[in-house]
Amino acid sequence: MQFFGGSEISPSPPVPTASGNNAHMMYIFNRNGVCLLYREWNRPLRTLDSNQDHKLMFGLLFSLKSLTAKMDPSSTEKGNLGVPQLPGQGCSFHSFRTNTYKLSFMESPSGIKIILVTHPNASDLKESLKYIYNLYVEYVVKNPLYTPGTPIRSELFNTTLDQYVRGLG
Amino acid sequence: MAPAVPRSGDAIFANVERVNAELFTLTYGAIVRQLLTDLEEVEEVNKQLDQMGYNIGIRLIDEFLAKSNVTRCVDFRETAEVIAKVGFKMFLGVTASVTNWDTEGTCCSLILDDNPLVDFVELPDTCQGLYYCNILSGVVRGALEMVSMKTEVTWVRDMLRGDDAFELQVKLLKQVPEEYPYKDDE
Repeated sequence: MQFFGGSEISPSPPVPTASGNNAHMMYIFNRNGVCLLYREWNRPLRTLDSNQDHKLMFGLLFSLKSLTAKMDPSSTEKGNLGVPQLPGQGCSFHSFRTNTYKLSFMESPSGIKIILVTHPNASDLKESLKYIYNLYVEYVVKNPLYTPGTPIRSELFNTTLDQYVRGLG
Repeated sequence: MAPAVPRSGDAIFANVERVNAELFTLTYGAIVRQLLTDLEEVEEVNKQLDQMGYNIGIRLIDEFLAKSNVTRCVDFRETAEVIAKVGFKMFLGVTASVTNWDTEGTCCSLILDDNPLVDFVELPDTCQGLYYCNILSGVVRGALEMVSMKTEVTWVRDMLRGDDAFELQVKLLKQVPEEYPYKDDE
């Protein structure tokens, strides 16, 4: 897939398999809690309206990050729970898994959070999330018509994302 | 799976798409020339260049983070080193050196070995107050703001104005931690 010209994206995308979509849904948030993108491929159960759903997801991850950092047994800091953290501190959490799904998370130092919900047997998706971040940079950040901080409306980005996710193991 | 290792500036520079250096220099020169014609006041042009740089910086940071794989910097010293060695190399093809740290570690100077923006440039007498490379100060300020650091970036020495080097002073004003953005009653 040579749509990136000379630049190298790592990891290189896997060859799409014939199976259907392997992921359930995906969210991208920025540091202010604005949901930049919500993609849904396979979600039979919906309990909240989309606004509440986004807030819930963002709040969940915000709290989880804070909690995991405070419970870190190898860290020497003794901050109180709930104190806002500087980006350099704390450990970063990657994923959690239930019996029905696995949620993988990646946050860039600039506050862009990418969340991917997949079936529970998915392998570690860190490299995939990095690849999606690269796609975000190429299709969204470099797009002069896109205003940072607003929801993403790019057909090309959506199609490329769908194609990539379809190939995930 | 091997842990992600930050890539050196040279390695990334070899992999990104590059444009002809002269094209870059001449295009930038044309932009500044046009701004001078449109705005006439040198101070206004300085401010506008800084604002343009800021708008570039807020987007540039994501590309930088995605391509260079750096992990979060522990303190401002590391940040300055990363900007000088990886950032400048990746986007401009030149490295900078970091000097003049103050006692608290919040203020430093980046000295550029070589500045591709100013090739072939001379400032006429009518534009003596112009900071020709002010776009770079905006870019650094914008990029750092997106990683929660409020900074003030100014040119201390500028070869176009008769000094002997290009020195950019970066001063960390404060680190803004992430806060929960939603209000409780919403």
